Amino acid sequence: MSQSSISTSHSEEPEQWDIEIKAKPSVWDIDLKELWRYRDLLAQFVRRDFVGAYKQTILGPIWHLAEPLATTLMYAFIFGSIFKMSTNGMPRILFYLPGIALWTLFSNTLLSTASTFNANAGIFGKVYFPRLIVPVNVAVNSLIAFGMQLMLFIVLIIIYLIKGTDLHITWLIIFTPFLALLTSLLALGLGMLLASITNKYRDLSKLVNVSMRLLMFATPIIYPLSKIPERYHWLIELNPMTSIVESFRYIWIGGNSSAVSVSLIVYSILFMLVVLIFGALVFNKAEKVAMDLV
Amino acid sequence: MSVVVKVENISKRYQLGKAGSRSLKGDFQRWWAQKRGKEDPFLSVAEASQVQDGEFLALKDVNFEIKQGDAVGIVGKNGAGKSTLLKILSRITLPTTGSIKIKGRIASLLEVGTGFNPDLSGRENVYLNGAILGMSKAEITKKFDEIVSFSGIERFIDTPVKRYSSGMYVRLAFSVAAHLDSEILILDEVLAVGDSAFQSKCINKITEVTQDGRTVLFVSHSFSAIRSLCTSAILLEKGICTLQGSVENVITKYIDSGNIAVIGRSLNLLNVVRSSHAQQLIFDSLIFNDNPLPFGQEIAFTLKLKTIIESDFSDIDFGIAIRDKNSVTMIHCSNRFLNIHIDHTDDRVEYKFRVQNNLRPGNYKITLFLRSKDVIQDWLTDIAILEVLDGNPYNFPDTNQIQGSTLPLFHLNMLHPNEKLISKIS
Repeated sequence: MSQSSISTSHSEEPEQWDIEIKAKPSVWDIDLKELWRYRDLLAQFVRRDFVGAYKQTILGPIWHLAEPLATTLMYAFIFGSIFKMSTNGMPRILFYLPGIALWTLFSNTLLSTASTFNANAGIFGKVYFPRLIVPVNVAVNSLIAFGMQLMLFIVLIIIYLIKGTDLHITWLIIFTPFLALLTSLLALGLGMLLASITNKYRDLSKLVNVSMRLLMFATPIIYPLSKIPERYHWLIELNPMTSIVESFRYIWIGGNSSAVSVSLIVYSILFMLVVLIFGALVFNKAEKVAMDLV
Repeated sequence: MSVVVKVENISKRYQLGKAGSRSLKGDFQRWWAQKRGKEDPFLSVAEASQVQDGEFLALKDVNFEIKQGDAVGIVGKNGAGKSTLLKILSRITLPTTGSIKIKGRIASLLEVGTGFNPDLSGRENVYLNGAILGMSKAEITKKFDEIVSFSGIERFIDTPVKRYSSGMYVRLAFSVAAHLDSEILILDEVLAVGDSAFQSKCINKITEVTQDGRTVLFVSHSFSAIRSLCTSAILLEKGICTLQGSVENVITKYIDSGNIAVIGRSLNLLNVVRSSHAQQLIFDSLIFNDNPLPFGQEIAFTLKLKTIIESDFSDIDFGIAIRDKNSVTMIHCSNRFLNIHIDHTDDRVEYKFRVQNNLRPGNYKITLFLRSKDVIQDWLTDIAILEVLDGNPYNFPDTNQIQGSTLPLFHLNMLHPNEKLISKIS
């Protein structure tokens, strides 16, 4: 049988193909149905990272609490007790913890997502599954960790309330899951955008790491936005995390409401939607050639 | 039967320029070199025949169709594009041009145990690995007992896999893979793993899968494996699909076009493409006294070595492995076992081996290995085929009925209760 006789045997009737691998897939070629079919894999990955990471540890997942708590205490000591930085009169621990927890959620999701291709080259080079599963898994795991930190935060709030501290908890706390999800999707979108670039240029992942540390100081985590000179506000407010952190603190422990505005939250939401959609498309395109670049 | 895989004009071009350097600095160096009209510092000189303008053509206009239920072997030597084709079919990478259309679920097993997590138990890893390979949780639950009993490690299923021996590990990994339910299966020959008992279990399982009416693509260097598993074959040469047809035609063409140094009495080994070993001292030639070899006759052959780069070649160690079609080593010889010390100083020296055997009739693959002190100098896997002619020591008419890998003489004595020794059959 010669090669040409095979290639010319085109069948005329329209045929139904399940998978089509094309040389140059369109950017819009994103298969969400397939992603859904692999939901069990997502569950397995989440389980692996949550259970697997804490095998042979004494405290297990409680380590998710140790890190932000230690950071909070350290910040409370250094920035609060030594440098006497303002927390707008709020208890220092309650002031720092939500910012740190939200930032941990943001930076963990973003950094892991951004290194998806390089970190998973081994498995990606051997077997196909929708690569988007991996960043989504990272996001879910970071959200679980955040959920635990939120519990810790609530316990601390209760302790402070019992002690008689004057906190202004508002009914707006029902928006807490929304703020967490907003943070997570924002990080996911940015991470996916960066993933295709760090895949090609590994040195950029170092740059991303450094930028994340700098960006943290451009987010009102160790200071309230109100203590920033008015003329620099726009700069800090450009950061979509600003409104999230400020709003989170406002709805849980009150304080200066002037720092929170609906328009800034709307800005963060729009920012998130743009990076998420754009990120998913870019990532989806990048995943198909990623293994040639690793 | 309907066509389930349709490969049309697939080419895969690797741009040696664009992706290779991995850093902005590297890309900048490359750009600077091009600016000055110099050679690309990252361009490898290997595989020059397929390189054009800094591009490497791993596959070139490959076309074929696979019908439902076909078991297709992909034959070709290293670098012919087999792995690239598999990677494209398994959607790990994209073709540069062309398209592939597939009907049904496709699963590829390029390696077993992908994604195994050492800290998780065997049970947890079955679920994890199964999900990675595309099975749903319900499917895995349904097959769980079957998977575990196939692997034969029921007792350790709740132990973390890092405590497993490497044999247990691959057995469990293969078991998961073997119970995949996709309509189309892509298999790499390295799948047959573990000890020889488990290996033949693997081969049987693969055979079973192909006989199940499922469509299988099988990549292998082993003709016997392809002969026994596949219904047709595809030959790849330097990225071009040169023949699709019956297994025998493809294998004949593969041998004829000088892709492998096979059956024959004498073999020049100087020009064989080698993977990277020191190669200061390499095998020059292999000459059999007889090949094909009558059953039971001593395997006698002569090896000569060639010095490529002068160095100290004291205490050299020859390793000669004779493997059967399933790559089970039947015979392993080395001067080390005979405690013979060899310093190679003169390329004119002939090393003559004589190996007694009673290997069953069939084809055997010869692997040659050469080490000097601590340096692996040369390693030619399955470089030659030794054919043992039909026959057996028992004067039995149909050797095929005798199952042993080796056919040694054996004796049977019968001692009846009331008599002395009455018969002796040899």
